[in-house]
Amino acid sequence: MKTTEYLREDKLPHIWCPGCGNGIVISNIIRAVDALNLKRENTVIVSGIGCSSRAAGYMNFDTLHTTHGRAIPFATGIKMANPDLNVIVISGDGDATAIGGNHFIHASRRNLDLTLIVVNNNIYGMTSGQYSPLTPTGKIATTAPYGNIDRPFDLCELAEAAGATYVARGSVYHVQQLKRYVERGIQNKGFSVIEALSICPTYFGRKNKMGSPVKMLEGIRDNAVIYNGKNKEEGKDKFLIGEFKNEPDREYTESYQKIIDSLKEGK
Amino acid sequence: MEKNKMRLVQGNEACVMGALYAGMRFYAGYPITPSSEIAEESSIQLPKVGGKFIQMEDEIASMAAAIGASLAGKKAMTATSGPGFSLKQENIGFACMAEVPVVIVNVMRMGPSTGLPTSPAQGDIMQARWGTHGDHPIIVITPTSVKEMYEFTIRAFNLAEKYRTPVILLADEVIAHMREGVEIRTDIEVIDRAKPTPGEPYLPYQLKEGDIVPPLASFGDGYRFHVTGLSHGENGFPTNSVEINNALIRRLNSKITDHLDDIVEVEEGYTSDAEFLILSIGSTARAAKSVVNTLREQGIKIGYFIPKTVWPFPEKELKECFKTVKKVIVPEMNMGQIALEVERVAAGQAEVHRLNKVTGELFTVAEINDGVMAVINK
Ligand SMILES: Cc1ncc(C[n+]2csc(CCOP(=O)(O)OP(=O)(O)O)c2C)c(N)n1
Repeated sequence: MKTTEYLREDKLPHIWCPGCGNGIVISNIIRAVDALNLKRENTVIVSGIGCSSRAAGYMNFDTLHTTHGRAIPFATGIKMANPDLNVIVISGDGDATAIGGNHFIHASRRNLDLTLIVVNNNIYGMTSGQYSPLTPTGKIATTAPYGNIDRPFDLCELAEAAGATYVARGSVYHVQQLKRYVERGIQNKGFSVIEALSICPTYFGRKNKMGSPVKMLEGIRDNAVIYNGKNKEEGKDKFLIGEFKNEPDREYTESYQKIIDSLKEGK
Repeated sequence: MEKNKMRLVQGNEACVMGALYAGMRFYAGYPITPSSEIAEESSIQLPKVGGKFIQMEDEIASMAAAIGASLAGKKAMTATSGPGFSLKQENIGFACMAEVPVVIVNVMRMGPSTGLPTSPAQGDIMQARWGTHGDHPIIVITPTSVKEMYEFTIRAFNLAEKYRTPVILLADEVIAHMREGVEIRTDIEVIDRAKPTPGEPYLPYQLKEGDIVPPLASFGDGYRFHVTGLSHGENGFPTNSVEINNALIRRLNSKITDHLDDIVEVEEGYTSDAEFLILSIGSTARAAKSVVNTLREQGIKIGYFIPKTVWPFPEKELKECFKTVKKVIVPEMNMGQIALEVERVAAGQAEVHRLNKVTGELFTVAEINDGVMAVINK
């Protein structure tokens, strides 16, 4: 299918700033969906609140734009109600790890079959540049005018530790990887987390004097370490790109179906 | 048709029986006294009928999951109490705005904050109406017995489906934990949400002539529609248009206020000639009724007025009473919440006397009797 058929072209132009990474992430989600031949009718996109979460409205599927931080529990209800649906969740770094952090770890623990893509632009974009749990220490934000003293999460390590069964990090520079990770995440029958390192030239970039969008992309390229299974240390304070976990395990709706089936047999 | 059976059941259990009868196939919750039995019973019963139960990480997530399940086509419920009801508010507002049918049970306990977890109170009446931000419509119904826990839960689902809205079943701890013999009716009509006509173009928020609300497709039906909590047009997509926003907010509210006769339910006794009136809800209404019956035997012209739908408030029905009623007594297990509404409706036509109890105990018949006599003898 033409990839533009996965977009609601009549809803464009989008609200994003020039140079924003959101479009690159969305296009790779669409490419992954297309490569897997997922039916549009059978695929639901759920998002939270934030610039990145506005993606749902532009994508030509059943789409649900929820409340800030709560996309995962809304998606949980959808998947439980109809396990035949492919449910993809798009969330920002603030959405997924601050206000939605608890849902994130519990969804990882449950291993319900959802694919979560976190667009990590290191900042709260929608509300104009306050620091998020993924803003690196020392960086400037509108609420960290003297430099951020918070220590950030490593989203992928958090997901792994909490029990997500597929975990990977791509970026808006490493688009081939990003597409492949989203594909594998969707294929994994369980909770999959794909962190998409992105750029926010308007707020994060400008506040931290990182230059043009192209410069910011080059920054990702120049500071990337491609994960090879044993170079995690090397990736510290850099961008470690790769697939960290792909270990399928019991999926939640399947476990629940077993209960339903056993009660039927008991009768 | 199967004959109705008599059963001895607890209020919370009756709620789940009603929900299953109405077609509940999804429940998400987080444990909290005095509503936990609703979750426990749902976890036992739902998989037996092919439904799903999930214990979420908190009440915010429970509310979200219930809305998600409803959008995927399943009738969904969540139950909670006090602190949990506070946490659900933002997503209740989402369901109002996005017009998603869902049932929320709030078994009131003593607050504020953690308060007295196992003690009865009626302090959430205003929260049930205005707990979430913004001008939103809401339907809140209040049972006074275990029988009504069963029947009102069915009614809550029916109203939610018919009006595409969250409906709150506002019970108090006594009704939830009480056991009573109940005739389990199996002749109550069950209403399912209107679905779009296959083959026709679908706009999820377009009201067609003669309809109460726009039909609601389910995710996966093939319509590829959008749902958002942002102000939206008939197509469901966000807009900044002042005209469209105005029309939306007005339609959301009028879908309820245009159908008050269907939504509002009141139980009245002796109101046709009453000079005095006791107005109360839930377990308080049970004591009030008994006081009225006794005083009537003594020749006192007193009646009772029990809103079974507390929101929208039964304004028209109460106004009618003021043709004869001169004094209203409003006993409540709070510092005076329904009384505010009664004062508004009375608008000086009758005296409104508050009778408030916040000890974490039920009103006794004697307390209501004394309170009423003090007003009558004044
Ligand atoms: C309950 C609540 N709190 C705060 C907000 C305001 N708010 C909207 S988006 C946002 C942050 C978004 O940041 P992120 O999730 O990183 O997404 P981005 O905009 O950067 O894509 C905040 C704080 C809100 N909408 N709801």
